Amino acid sequence: MSAPVVRVRGLVRRFTLRGVLSGLDLDIARGEFVALLGRSGSGKSTLLRALADLDHEAQGSGEIIRPERLSVVFQDARLLPWKRVLDNVVLGLRGADANARGLRALEEVELGGRAQSWPYELSGGEQQRVALARSLVREPELLLADEPFGALDALTRIRMHALLRRLSEIHNPAVLLVTHDVDEAIALADRVVVLEGGRLAANLITPRLGRRVDPDDAAALKDRLLGLLGVKRDDDLEPTLTFQSQPAPPRGSRHPPAPAAS
Amino acid sequence: MNALIGPILELGEEVPGGRLLDPRATPSPVTRPRPRRRLGPGDSVRFGWLLGPFLLLLAWSTGSAAGLIDTRVLPAPWTTAATAWALIREGRLPHDLAVSALRAAEGFAWGATVGIAVALASGLSQLGAYLIDGVVQIKRSIPVLALIPLIILWFGIGETMKVTVIALSVFVPMYIQTHAALRGIDLKHVELAETLDLGRWAFIRQVVLPGALPGVLTGLRFGVLAAWLALVVVEQLNATSGIGYMINLARTYAQSDVILVGLVVYALLGLSSDAAVRFLERRSLAWRRSFSA
Repeated sequence: MSAPVVRVRGLVRRFTLRGVLSGLDLDIARGEFVALLGRSGSGKSTLLRALADLDHEAQGSGEIIRPERLSVVFQDARLLPWKRVLDNVVLGLRGADANARGLRALEEVELGGRAQSWPYELSGGEQQRVALARSLVREPELLLADEPFGALDALTRIRMHALLRRLSEIHNPAVLLVTHDVDEAIALADRVVVLEGGRLAANLITPRLGRRVDPDDAAALKDRLLGLLGVKRDDDLEPTLTFQSQPAPPRGSRHPPAPAAS
Repeated sequence: MNALIGPILELGEEVPGGRLLDPRATPSPVTRPRPRRRLGPGDSVRFGWLLGPFLLLLAWSTGSAAGLIDTRVLPAPWTTAATAWALIREGRLPHDLAVSALRAAEGFAWGATVGIAVALASGLSQLGAYLIDGVVQIKRSIPVLALIPLIILWFGIGETMKVTVIALSVFVPMYIQTHAALRGIDLKHVELAETLDLGRWAFIRQVVLPGALPGVLTGLRFGVLAAWLALVVVEQLNATSGIGYMINLARTYAQSDVILVGLVVYALLGLSSDAAVRFLERRSLAWRRSFSA
């Protein structure tokens, strides 16, 4: 395995009262899609902001190696309302071909026709697609996404999942997706890590068959993840395949969700 | 819109209280409920805002025609109109108007330019804020009109004094609004700019200034009003031309109709300059939802 693009060792972040990260280690390989799960307040966003170098005020220590080209997608699309869509995409982009690249990025998210619209003219999902185009047009080696679909409705979210997975296969950045949605994490990521008590409590490989995840394997994985996140069996009302099987080894031996050392 | 839609039921299905009727089959006895009482202020009508002024004008006209209003106190509307026309034909009104407008424009230009420039210096750098903001806040607590005696001592009673007073009155709201707008930049946009690796200058040009523009325009609107207010005051002080001079002269000769004409001109100046700034707002803030429609 080649050297990881992201390497975090002993990361500690403190805020005035409580410690948020206490000696966290994390490696992300080139092109790997990692989902970071955690309860609210577990420090998911703190880790992401530390990786993005946005935590100017936080106190702490630790070693972070991150790539030079790094993009962030926030929960809100964070478009500048006074710039047209294309100008938002190419904001800060250098080079004579910036506009052409921006247009291509917009076409990738199926918004090529909206280049000259104002952000307010777009729906929430479209705005988030523009934000995705803005992050990918920079050809990042690492894409940090902080609950990027949290504010979208369920149908839009499903379409955004497919789009993000497809685009991340094309551009192949390493991705760290922060989410609290277990299904989203399983559907998108190659690997799911769980943040608990300021460290990574689990590190699970998603059993992926091409682009899809085997439903039974996914159910078993979801079972484990929900357990790690402190959700009791009776709390889950969703009519999925979850909890159908005991968290025993899934049928077949295709990529069992084996815990790796974290 | 059909307010009567309930849960989705199959036609003919039994529902509590009877069978669901097919409206195509039988003429259903639609009992319209009592119309809903509307609680909003009501629909707006174009030019509806003219109703009040029109009624006032009507009362003024009938009062004058019926002799209920002493013409020495308040001349009739037609007398005022005739006076205005005479003043225009004599050339007095255009001349005084030009003098006043130029005076206000000059003071406004200085006040707005310096206000914005100083606000930029204190809004974009913390050192600038420490140097400037305290001084301006102290200055702000002294009404500009209270400074007039000092300004007269410094600049005499000529045009310089008048323009200075107007400029100072414009400066304060211009500075306050611009500074607040620059400091009120959304932190999320700052973060975004950081993740996009914008340089300092690009950040100011692409994020801070456009983001602060609505505040600057609000400052302009306050500034324009302040300019006219200051103009009225300084023109009462030893002016030899201008609308205020015309009014003062008319007071000496008890020409209440000329005074009225002067007041109407002030109102028109204020309204038209405010409309001009709002036009500017609509043009430059097209990205705002509220200005599109």
